[in-house]
Amino acid sequence: MSDPNISPLPDELPCEAVKLTKKDFTSDQEVRWCPGCGDYAILAGVQRVLPELGIPREKLVFVSGIGCSSRFPYYMNTYGFHSIHGRAPAIATGVKVSNPDLTVFVVTGDGDGLSIGGNHFMHALRRNVDLKIILFNNRIYGLTKGQYSPTSVLGQKNKSAPMGVIDYPIDPVTLALASEATFVARSVDNDPKHLARMIERMAKHRGAAFLEVYQNCNIFNDQAFDDFKDKDVRGDRMIDIEHGKPLVFGKDRSKGIRLNGLAPEVVEIGEGSPWEEKHLLVHDETLPDSTHATLLSRMHYPDMPVAIGVFRRVERPTYESMLTDQISAARARSGPGDLARLIDSGDTWVVDANGGSQVNLS
Amino acid sequence: MSTDTSTAPPVDHAIQELDTVTIRFAGDSGDGMQLTGTQFTNTSAVLGNDISTLPDFPAEIRAPAGSLPGVSGFQLNFSSRDVRTPGDEPDVLVAMNPAALKVNLSDLVDGGMIIVNTDAFTPNNLRKASYDTNPLEDGSLAGYRVFQVPVTSLTGRALDEHGLGKKQVDRSKNFFALGLMYWLFDRPLDQTLGWIHEKFGKTPEVAQGNEAALRAGYNYGDTVELFHTHYRVRKAELAPGKYRKITGNEATAIGFVAAAELAGRPLFYGSYPITPASEILHELSRHKNFGVKSFQAEDEIAAVCAAIGASFTGHIGLTGTSGPGVALKSEAIGLAVATELPLIIVNVQRGGPSTGLPTKTEQADLLQSVFGRNGECPVAVVAPATPGECFTMAIEAVRIAVNYMTPVFYLSDGYLANGAEPWRLPELSELPPISVTFATDAEKYRPFGRNPETLARPWAIPGTPGLEHRIGGIEKQDISGNVSYDPANHEHMVRLRAEKIERIANGLPPTEIFGDPAGKVLVVGWGSTYGSITSAVERLRSQGKSVSSVHLRHLSPLPGDLGEILSRFERVLVPEMNLGQLALLIRARYLADAVPFSKVQGRPFKISEIVGRVDQMLEGLQ
Repeated sequence: MSDPNISPLPDELPCEAVKLTKKDFTSDQEVRWCPGCGDYAILAGVQRVLPELGIPREKLVFVSGIGCSSRFPYYMNTYGFHSIHGRAPAIATGVKVSNPDLTVFVVTGDGDGLSIGGNHFMHALRRNVDLKIILFNNRIYGLTKGQYSPTSVLGQKNKSAPMGVIDYPIDPVTLALASEATFVARSVDNDPKHLARMIERMAKHRGAAFLEVYQNCNIFNDQAFDDFKDKDVRGDRMIDIEHGKPLVFGKDRSKGIRLNGLAPEVVEIGEGSPWEEKHLLVHDETLPDSTHATLLSRMHYPDMPVAIGVFRRVERPTYESMLTDQISAARARSGPGDLARLIDSGDTWVVDANGGSQVNLS
Repeated sequence: MSTDTSTAPPVDHAIQELDTVTIRFAGDSGDGMQLTGTQFTNTSAVLGNDISTLPDFPAEIRAPAGSLPGVSGFQLNFSSRDVRTPGDEPDVLVAMNPAALKVNLSDLVDGGMIIVNTDAFTPNNLRKASYDTNPLEDGSLAGYRVFQVPVTSLTGRALDEHGLGKKQVDRSKNFFALGLMYWLFDRPLDQTLGWIHEKFGKTPEVAQGNEAALRAGYNYGDTVELFHTHYRVRKAELAPGKYRKITGNEATAIGFVAAAELAGRPLFYGSYPITPASEILHELSRHKNFGVKSFQAEDEIAAVCAAIGASFTGHIGLTGTSGPGVALKSEAIGLAVATELPLIIVNVQRGGPSTGLPTKTEQADLLQSVFGRNGECPVAVVAPATPGECFTMAIEAVRIAVNYMTPVFYLSDGYLANGAEPWRLPELSELPPISVTFATDAEKYRPFGRNPETLARPWAIPGTPGLEHRIGGIEKQDISGNVSYDPANHEHMVRLRAEKIERIANGLPPTEIFGDPAGKVLVVGWGSTYGSITSAVERLRSQGKSVSSVHLRHLSPLPGDLGEILSRFERVLVPEMNLGQLALLIRARYLADAVPFSKVQGRPFKISEIVGRVDQMLEGLQ
């Protein structure tokens, strides 16, 4: 698994020179998230990255469901569709399939994407529709004011669980990997550079791309991730996984992750330790099998550092490209659609003015 | 079976001419009765008869062999006259086993002909069909003409001669029965032979077995002194033109392909498998060379949502399902109403509520279509009346959807979907053009500006420079389309959306009245009841009775002249396969005393049932 026979990073999208700025992607609508919300950072990240991609504004579509995160399209000066709860991946699939030339983002949250929309989430990913799905994970329902979500931690007390949550949470990255997404990444709302890098990389991927962002809801679930993503502690409690590199972390980069059997474990590296960098797991985004990525996705604080970065990046033909190929193949075989021929198919017979008839068996 | 003339060339068997015959093929769901019926239908259609069919099969693919719930039937009416229904009562019943006899006997006309496969009348099968005694021996069939044919063993003998094993016998015995019926009704074998060799070209032993059985059945009729007479049903006098046999689901599928071609936009079909709509998905999946994008979604909701996404992107967004699927799609249909995007929802109705009767017909989703969403959520609703009309109404549904930027329900049902009739092929030049215009002018573009005549908003598709905009399910400010919670604006938008649907009526032709424009009784129908209603009214009028009928293709909005037409008749009768849903709409809308006439048995109306009810109403007027 750690054999570093590793392919270089991609630059899949040929970019035309279109000189746009962040301002070009900002709509005239007033942003209505709560002051201090982590959503602002993600909006800023997307608006900062888009000009770099060289995609004309009219070819960008943002589709969302329902929830705080799903207001996102209103703030983007692109095409946008604020739809219904959980259904954004399905609507976005229709958009992308109808015009593969468009770059289609889906903006969703932990409730929208994993609870009411869990089915569409899974199927959009497994089909490898070229969608860029950003999931804002704040581990709570914000817009409906504080009920627990599928990612809320066990025992958390909130509006709908005053005695504590008794649902086991699900990890979105693990779920995306199990759903055969071809690009899977995780970032945090308080590291703009990392976030921008992840957005850019997902945008450049061709195929179903998933990015989870740990996002703070300062009203209903404040500091939910601070135990590990706070600036003061993140060095020791998070690990930025990088393609082709051994899994080293820690403020002074003195720790690493090795595989002990099938389980990742934290080891000290360097002087006085039997472990050196060469013993560590080397990250490979491009492994066809997602077991390695899944192991990393399941590292949770406090037992393990939380991994951010790109877990998986593999290339497969997309759904829409295969559909387009089938249409071309059908046209090559039967010629372009001929309506008169379609109507006049099967066994037919002609009734003439005298009531006589002539039969044509197909 | 009504007799015209009796001409009997004295060869071996007499030939008797009939003008209309109704046959029902019945057997186990594994006996191939649907195939047998379809083959007989195709041959009769190509021979020039008018036809109408009613396949009637259980929801289970293979219910326990020989059991009553496992009986599958196929009824066919073929005629030298114009027929609009599969026939009230079969003249001939082909029963492949005791259960098939038991289930279907009560429908048979008095004195009708029964052809039974005696080999299947074993003690075991009789018990499964809850027969205490063998009906072939106990005299209970005395009122019918019974022909006992050992179909299984005769098929076995025929296949033996070709060196084919016993395994093939069970698969071919329906062809023996078909061959016998071809002899009995003087039909040629060529059409079915051609089909057999095309269908089973890759498995020659199956093709050979079926051909042998078909010929053996035909020859059995010809040589055995069992039937003294065989019958001839002459060609019908159909209007000149080229014809094919078509089912409602086939006509629906190619109708939408045609509509998309007429509109010059690709068709996107989002669907999830469901009886009795799945054939539309199968058919549309075969037409990729037209650029049709068929998408089998993970569920009903994804199917409609993907169609909405496609519509937003400038495709003809279509989704198809049956009633339970519509229930799941409802929220998304509301989204299409709020975002004012074209969308067509095909509902091939079946018996409800819930899973109901998946393979049986019903018309009980009319109110679901008109009202079944949260909020004031008006949509257009259209309904084809015959299998062939499924084609033209598909074009009409797309026309309304794109002209008015609205979701349109297209209400078919199980009877239309599976029923077949001869369909005169339309000339391409007869088909109405559908004009689609996308907004391109960034200066003038307002996402929720409106066409002053239709009130449609402009269709601006992603990829168009300068027209970037956002739509969604939240209430929008008129014209700008920005999110708005303003109370007055909300009422304004609610009324605008309703008015837009009402204005569809302005573009409709005058409502056709079958019969006199005024009189005693007006029968109002919609959808698949057309055949029974029209035939009943025709019969009543031939008896000199003051009865007319109107068959609605547009149910939302209702035609603008309907209220005035209703007022010209003393009584209004509304036969429906529900408990009075159109009647309710008419009463509410026009304060007219529309009387519901309901049948909810999973089967279409018989002509005689409607005649009887109208007669009763006429008596009340005297």
